[in-house]
Amino acid sequence: MEYEAVIGIETHVELATDSKMFCGCPAHFGADPNTNVCPVCLGLPGALPVPNEKAIEWIVMIGLALECEIAHRSQFHRKNYFYADQPKNYQISQFDVPVCSAGMLEIEADGRSTRVRINRVHMEEDTGKMIHIGGGGRIKDADHSLLDFNRSGIPLVEIVTEPDLATPQQARAYAQEVQATVLALGVSDAKLEEGSMRFDANVSLRPKGTGRLGTKVEVKNMNSFRSLERALTYEIERQTAALEAGEQIYLETRHWDESAGVTGGMRSKEESSDYRYFPEPDLVPIEITDTRRDAIRQGLPELPAARRSRFASLGLDPASVAVLMSGGLELAGIFEGACEAGADPKTIANWVTGEVTAFLRRESVQLGETPLTAEHLFELERLCAAGDLSSTAAKQVLVGVLAGEGSPAIVARARDLIQISDAGALATQIDQVLADHPEEYQRLRDGDAKIIGYLVGQVMQITAGRADPKVVSSILAEKARG
Amino acid sequence: MSSPADLTLAEAAAALRAGALSARELLQATLDRALLTEAELHAFLTIDHERARAAADAADEVLARGETTGPLHGIPVAVKDNMVTAGVETTAGSQILAGYIPPYDATAVTALKRAGAVIVGKTNLDEFAMGSSTENSGYGPSANPWDTGRVPGGSSGGSAAAVAAGSAMIALGSDTGGSIRQPAALCGVVGMKPTYGLVSRYGLIAFASSLDQIGPISRTVEDAVTTLEVIAGHDPLDATSYRGEYPQYRSSLERGVAGLRVGVVTELAGEGISPDVLSACRSVVDSLAEAGATISEVSLPSMEYALSAYYLIAPAECSANLARFDGVRYGLRVEGATVEEMTARTRAAGFGPEVTRRILLGTYALSAGYYDAFYGQAQKVRTLVIQDFTKAYEGVDVLVSPTSPMTAFELGSRTEDPLSMYLVDVCTIPSNLAGAPSISVPVALDVASLPIGFQIMAPALGEEVLFRVAAEVERASGWNDRRPPLVEADHGV
Ligand SMILES: [Zn+2]
Repeated sequence: MEYEAVIGIETHVELATDSKMFCGCPAHFGADPNTNVCPVCLGLPGALPVPNEKAIEWIVMIGLALECEIAHRSQFHRKNYFYADQPKNYQISQFDVPVCSAGMLEIEADGRSTRVRINRVHMEEDTGKMIHIGGGGRIKDADHSLLDFNRSGIPLVEIVTEPDLATPQQARAYAQEVQATVLALGVSDAKLEEGSMRFDANVSLRPKGTGRLGTKVEVKNMNSFRSLERALTYEIERQTAALEAGEQIYLETRHWDESAGVTGGMRSKEESSDYRYFPEPDLVPIEITDTRRDAIRQGLPELPAARRSRFASLGLDPASVAVLMSGGLELAGIFEGACEAGADPKTIANWVTGEVTAFLRRESVQLGETPLTAEHLFELERLCAAGDLSSTAAKQVLVGVLAGEGSPAIVARARDLIQISDAGALATQIDQVLADHPEEYQRLRDGDAKIIGYLVGQVMQITAGRADPKVVSSILAEKARG
Repeated sequence: MSSPADLTLAEAAAALRAGALSARELLQATLDRALLTEAELHAFLTIDHERARAAADAADEVLARGETTGPLHGIPVAVKDNMVTAGVETTAGSQILAGYIPPYDATAVTALKRAGAVIVGKTNLDEFAMGSSTENSGYGPSANPWDTGRVPGGSSGGSAAAVAAGSAMIALGSDTGGSIRQPAALCGVVGMKPTYGLVSRYGLIAFASSLDQIGPISRTVEDAVTTLEVIAGHDPLDATSYRGEYPQYRSSLERGVAGLRVGVVTELAGEGISPDVLSACRSVVDSLAEAGATISEVSLPSMEYALSAYYLIAPAECSANLARFDGVRYGLRVEGATVEEMTARTRAAGFGPEVTRRILLGTYALSAGYYDAFYGQAQKVRTLVIQDFTKAYEGVDVLVSPTSPMTAFELGSRTEDPLSMYLVDVCTIPSNLAGAPSISVPVALDVASLPIGFQIMAPALGEEVLFRVAAEVERASGWNDRRPPLVEADHGV
């Protein structure tokens, strides 16, 4: 039997607000353990939560970007479960009335576009962090565990899709599009490796073409887009093999093991959880009027889909657009900066998706960590347009700028790459070449235009590529005409 | 010779300002009274001599310059031990918080300090404010100053007993289903539950968040007004804190009740109420009529279900509120092989039977499959209670009833039967469900010379009319700050 996969994705996005969701503690990473804490986020007796208005505004932005309906009145609920990293042993979350519901995100994958329905986007708070000492870092075998509550109470937005994805590639494309959206909104740094954006996937299989849903398995612990795709590919293969062998699929949570390339089950620990949700009595409902919603909508920045089509309208090919968009905001930003200054979009796109991307990959750095600016790209493009740099030389200059050697003009001069386009300056070199190649010179004089290309190549060689081939070629053509 | 410990707040404040009394003398008289009575009453869990003396001395220094910091300047105040106090052990009457020293003050405590109060100590209560007799305290019960073989009521029994005995001039209590008013009634003092949201809950160790409210316990209605004016106010740290105007209530005291419409709640004026209590309340109603109020009988049909709804909503909220006591970060920890085992052992050892019962009850009421039948249904009843009140207040300005169906009962007489204990709160619970203000004023003694409390209820934010009637009841009853026999010798009566 042939099976098809049904995939839904839950995304957790930590908002980059200055303060936490329900207290005034800083919400930044990197502080010493348990220094960004207070009675509220430590769950001390008597402490009460007060909602962060900025976070509410930002979740509405996310909801609007995902074409959701925004509830006029939504409610916080308590989600009750005991866990040592959760200071109150309940999480303030949302249940039946989330801030945003019934949205949609369009993605491109497998050579076609797919509309992924968004079930809901809700607001909650993050937990603390646990580090298990001994026993291979697992809570079960650890000697003891350390708790850091700096993360406790950081605003967390959960985006839940309908089970509308069919392949790991679509899942990856969806995840990337969510990241691009969140980055465009500027509400999160959305770093998978730091956990400020996390994806969990629900996967089930069903006989191809049937409508019913199979038993779903939740897959967690993927901390890159690649591992999301790999984990889903593995999980679909695993379930397929199990079904073909006549085995049962269990409702369970499985963890992706990046190094082993497999998902591992935790079924023994899985109990049917009853979170005993009830309305959070310490908070009043979140009220969002149409006026406020519309004002937030007015302030939305350009979203990835719009930016993508705008880039395409500049004459860029889809592959370049994809690369520009995939690097987060940085590549697109520097591209746009150079274009706004007046540079030719295609040239800039070629450089950014070519040399720049290759450099970043080779050096394992982020664009922001290099000295390259939009002004540099503009300057470089002007040097080319003025004939001072050949396109080959321009690429070398670009690498020099990325490596910190200075502005394009400085690098071009220091590396002696300025193009020789002055006919007088080139005459000596051309005469030298003609003297060295008497046979070819004769053919030129006989009017054989085909030999020009060969001779230009020889001039380029002795000028180490600095001669302007157009100028050389026209001088030789003149000589041919006699 | 009379002790300064028996002055009312108003009298003491005047004496302090006039220089007739120092804050240190007043505190000493209060501490002496505690020394005299605590062995029998056990009203306090902590008496903080050192900090209290320092605060009194500081108050005297300010007085010496001819100034005061606020309306409670130099006044010895007791605080129920479910309100956190920075640097002073706060247990909420539970062994699970034995030795717990909070790093911050509850907003109400900060307000007391800002108003110049001298905090004497932390008073006993039913564990996490769950109970009506103080017998559920994890540190032993308190006794009633009128008869030390009887309960002071609860859960703010320690605060009520302390104020009645003079070991505090005023006290803060918290009221979730009657926990200020009922002990005030049983101890012969004034106890007031403000409108929900009027006093910040920040720093009040939560029992049932949607019902909890801090309020004053005092010897006179005027002192209750003074205290409420100090602790009421918007607090940005409490999202349920009231955001509107906070009026002054003092002018209500002398306005009388002429022209006011008083409704006697039918359902709380018959069955289940002791005859002495009923007749005392009837004569108060008669005197209100004589003072110019119009009296009518008002039926609140949903009262019948209010108690049941309360005993689902409050345990449900408490089951989540008390989940944080897990042995991980503070308080008691009983070690175990795993985190789960440690938490289970800690909670088993730290919580008393009534708290455990309510956590179980609440957990069950919120469970999948039972939510609609229990918690959901209880919330609907709550809505009905609110509607009943709204309808009633179309025809009357205040509603009245006994505060407690009976006077102080004997220690140990109801502990075996939780249901009979729950019934003690039948008159007080409706105001909590409605989030509306309510006050208990002592009006008479029963045949056994035990105090009887008269309850006045008003619509949400109806504190002004509430105090108008309360002041009249106080005048008409001729109670006149009567003192319990325990302190009569010291009082010089
Ligand atoms: Zn905090």
